[in-house]
Amino acid sequence: MDVRQKLQILADAAKYDASCASSGGKREPAPPEGLGSVERSGICHSYTPDGRCVSLLKVLLTNFCVYDCQYCVNRISSDTPRARFTPEEVVGLTLDFYRRNYIEGLFLSSGVLKGPDYTMEQMVQVARLLREEHAFHGYIHLKAVPGASPELIAQAGRYADRLSANIELPTEADLKRLAPEKSLAVTGRTMGEIHARLEQAKAERAQSPKAPRFAPAGQSTQMIVGATPSPDAAILDTAHRLYTRFGLKRVYYSAYSPIPRSDVRLPAKSPPLVREHRLYQADWLLRFYGFRVGELAPPEQPDLPLDVDPKLAWALRRRDMFPVDLNRAPRELLLRVPGLGVRTVDRVVRIRRWHAVTLADLVRLKVPLRRARPFIVTADWRPTLLLDTERLVERVRPASQLSLFEASASAHSGEL
Amino acid sequence: MRVSVEPDLASFRTVARGLLALGEPPERVLFEEARARQGSLLAVGAPVTELAPARGPAPAVPRDFLGLAEQVACHRDSGRWALLYRVLWRLTHGERQLLEVDSDVDVHRLRMMERAVRRDAHKMTAFVRFRRVERDGVEHFIAWHRPDHLIVRHVAPFFVRRFPSMRWSILTPDACVHWDLERLSFGDGVSRSEAPEGDALETLWGTYYASIFNPARLNVRAMRAELPKKHWPTLPEARLIPELVRRAPTRTSAMVAPVREVSAATAWLPERRELPALAEAARACQACPLHERATQAVFGEGPVGAALMLVGEQPGDWEDREGRPFVGPAGQLLDEVLGRAGLKRSELYVTNAVKHFGWTPGEGGKRRLHQSPGRAEVLACRGWLEAEVAAVRPRMILALGATAAQAFLGPGFRIHLSRGQVFETPWADGWMATFHPSALLRMPDPRKRAEARIHFEADLRSAAEWLRRLPRAP
Ligand code: SF4
Ligand code: SF4
Repeated sequence: MDVRQKLQILADAAKYDASCASSGGKREPAPPEGLGSVERSGICHSYTPDGRCVSLLKVLLTNFCVYDCQYCVNRISSDTPRARFTPEEVVGLTLDFYRRNYIEGLFLSSGVLKGPDYTMEQMVQVARLLREEHAFHGYIHLKAVPGASPELIAQAGRYADRLSANIELPTEADLKRLAPEKSLAVTGRTMGEIHARLEQAKAERAQSPKAPRFAPAGQSTQMIVGATPSPDAAILDTAHRLYTRFGLKRVYYSAYSPIPRSDVRLPAKSPPLVREHRLYQADWLLRFYGFRVGELAPPEQPDLPLDVDPKLAWALRRRDMFPVDLNRAPRELLLRVPGLGVRTVDRVVRIRRWHAVTLADLVRLKVPLRRARPFIVTADWRPTLLLDTERLVERVRPASQLSLFEASASAHSGEL
Repeated sequence: MRVSVEPDLASFRTVARGLLALGEPPERVLFEEARARQGSLLAVGAPVTELAPARGPAPAVPRDFLGLAEQVACHRDSGRWALLYRVLWRLTHGERQLLEVDSDVDVHRLRMMERAVRRDAHKMTAFVRFRRVERDGVEHFIAWHRPDHLIVRHVAPFFVRRFPSMRWSILTPDACVHWDLERLSFGDGVSRSEAPEGDALETLWGTYYASIFNPARLNVRAMRAELPKKHWPTLPEARLIPELVRRAPTRTSAMVAPVREVSAATAWLPERRELPALAEAARACQACPLHERATQAVFGEGPVGAALMLVGEQPGDWEDREGRPFVGPAGQLLDEVLGRAGLKRSELYVTNAVKHFGWTPGEGGKRRLHQSPGRAEVLACRGWLEAEVAAVRPRMILALGATAAQAFLGPGFRIHLSRGQVFETPWADGWMATFHPSALLRMPDPRKRAEARIHFEADLRSAAEWLRRLPRAP
């Protein structure tokens, strides 16, 4: 089998993975004989017709796998065509693509061959070749195979910019049902291992800037959404725990996409993209807006509404908090106003030091007034009456039912 | 006063300093730009300004302003110098905090320009595609790129940091930049024909690009927003996009194929599957509760072998009474637009995804209010639709509205994401979805309505165009 055929199989097998970005971290520029750099903001080098960016060469080292996770095409019981790259082949592809500026680096994952350690070793080998033999300074994201030994994780972090151990499903019960060989405990241990080394490296570098680096872009994980009936509250709870316990940089949510010849327990329908998008929005609200999981997905409504964004949904439930005076309210309260993103809030706070904020200011700051107006007071505006729920929802709902297109734009900026 | 500026920041700074020293207010100054030639900024002997540079210390301005000015200087708009000077004047005449007020009209315009330049620079770092050529046994990497703004100098250092060990050149219509492993050099712009045509690696790259795309997540609009069409000509992978988009629905339905539900109407299908027999049998169909309230089943109309098949949602009040599809107001609108696209109704096959009228009584029980069919009815009725497709064998199917489109491609299909695209499906080589004409009649917002109407017409025209270009059936 030639490299092109392998690439076809092993990139196809990686197309379900949502984590693609190369953001975060920075790497010293390459020496004159080397290649590559990592700049602060990642670069998307292309986009595929699903609207997702191509920034890394995202492939599996192999799609042979001894595990039997039901949601995955590569599980041992699947009859998908198989292939296996040699480490040199992946290195060659990465360098060739990088030299033409097609990509920002490598994102290497793999099916589990023999066991976690054997697999992890192979992946570390690819990264080592790139860094040591080819002075490659571009971005490298390695999957950390849950259960791999601490020494291998340590090596992986030396070479990689980012490591990620996938949590895959939100609850232990879900895993038991669909991925019998996996457990939250084992994945958690690997995440903890990475976290400890990240902390250690940070402390050492505070002492001496020459100390060795460990995955400077931190760790992330991925969770599949919609393969099991677990509600959004469970998903967000798990995500929140991962952020706080292991200092994760990102949790990626991936709407479960049907896979060929899948298990009957799995839904064979289009991926729930709207739900995935609402989860990303909620995730931003948890991390940057001071919301708690229970506020966004309360027990009596454990799934995020699909028709309005989670912040608006919260505001409609908490109308007693509004209207908020943009010229007086503290920053934390401004952050809770529908339509005001973090950037806008910071600008409003700056502007109001010099003059009273008016609706015209908001227009120039590109605030969606239709959504924000019923909730705010400005120098020249005060909502006359708080409308009853039904009509208020009608008035603030986005005009076109739901545009996933606008949605994906706000997923990038995270502004809500 | 007229002053002339070379299109770079250094020149502007000299001029602006002179003007400030003279106390010239912005409204009395007219900036003229010397010929914009990005490549030859360092040309010696060019007159920088008609003004003698001011002596003495430079006026203090906030550090922010310099960063901002550096970006804005790369903008193509020749009005940028006047705007920069006006803001500089205001900063030095009592409004030192001006830049903090993002909503100020001048600041806002500057920030917009800054953003445009930043975005363009970012796109350049992303969309430059090098092609490898050998000259006298030495490897060169050459790219042709078309930025919106005058950013070549500004972005060049990025490529030095990234590719220090490669000899590379980036050619653009405004300027060229070359790296010879030690030094950057700049030259005038060139035309695309100066750049190499291909690279052996592009096939491999195309393989990767096609494989990493997940057809179950098709979202053409989002892609277009991030990957503007103007960059497509220089991106080798962009050649693959039309084909990937066209085949996406087929690939997706193959992914979900094993559990395609069976349509309840199948049980009512007659043995002979010619159109008249089908129409006759459909009158007796009771596969879903809709038949109970309706006057009659409204079957499709048109010749066998019609090249184009139109599929609407469901018969309405008029259709229910007359027993023929698309005879009400929506039908009239449809006829009108079809005519303008050069299509004759009599040559088409016209039908609905669901064959019986569904309604609820209006207030007072006088009017019958249309009620859209649910997923269950659409699925129940799909047996008829598929039999019609098999009998007519159209070259192209045009689905009108979300219900019709989803009857074919499942509930995940989104009209607003994929409207107007020609897909290949198991039912016909050409398959397109557009608005339903009655949706156009119903939209309350007049601007939205006009917009949708324009899209609708354009979609019908492009369907007609697709059919015209088709080789004749054997
Ligand atoms: S271990 Fe990974 S590759 Fe293997 S079946 Fe599970 S998810 Fe798929
Ligand atoms: S709507 Fe369709 S499936 Fe339902 S009864 Fe009428 S013909 Fe049969």
